[in-house]
Amino acid sequence: MHQEYTVVEGDFVNAGKASSSVKKTLKQLNVNPQVVKRVVVALYEAEVNAIAHAYGGKVLVDIDSDKIRMVVADKGPGIPDIALAMQEGYSTARPEVRDMGFGAGMGLPNMQKNVDKMNVTSEVGVGTTVEMEVNFV
Amino acid sequence: MTLKEIVEKLDAQVCLGADKLDREVENGFASDLMSDVLTLKDTPVLITGLCNVQTIRTCDMATLDVIIFVRNKRPTEDMIELAEENDMVLIASPYSMFKACGLLYEAGLKPLY
Repeated sequence: MHQEYTVVEGDFVNAGKASSSVKKTLKQLNVNPQVVKRVVVALYEAEVNAIAHAYGGKVLVDIDSDKIRMVVADKGPGIPDIALAMQEGYSTARPEVRDMGFGAGMGLPNMQKNVDKMNVTSEVGVGTTVEMEVNFV
Repeated sequence: MTLKEIVEKLDAQVCLGADKLDREVENGFASDLMSDVLTLKDTPVLITGLCNVQTIRTCDMATLDVIIFVRNKRPTEDMIELAEENDMVLIASPYSMFKACGLLYEAGLKPLY
């Protein structure tokens, strides 16, 4: 099953719509609730990142019988130092992002903790792509 | 303790879920930082001063369904609508976060960590 969502820069009101919809789908498919929570927490963090830090992007979700694959691809500005961005506590978030309860430098590390496989690629001026996979069993 | 006891202790108003006040709850967690809420493995009652639609979304993702807003913050219609879709209970207290936490701790609500 393939699903696609568009994420708009600065659109905090709709942050989490994709994750919410994925949550409903996984529930309908009777996926273990603990696994569903890991999937949606990671996807929500990625969605918030794309809205907070990037010029918008796309969320692509592929659900198989045994796993879910999620790709969040944004349109820039890109991350100059991915290792630094992965460090807990490191953040470049603007005050308005912090006002929404985010921007503590916990997003990327928390995504890593919740998924079975994660790959972040980024090119400055082009964009960042976060690929994540979670096995259902 | 029951949600009804929480409402009484905090001199609070129920903004959503008045029919669920007999529910027993065991743990509480207080934060304005949603990133922190997203790291919880358990599903405690959330005590927070952050009152916006992301509070509700975050709790939806983290499978938390009881939110206590402190310092007279009131959820908006949008927030209540989203919370209703997810069967949540929203409570609003005039007390500060510190006082609310103190009273609930004293009354037996347990911390997570």
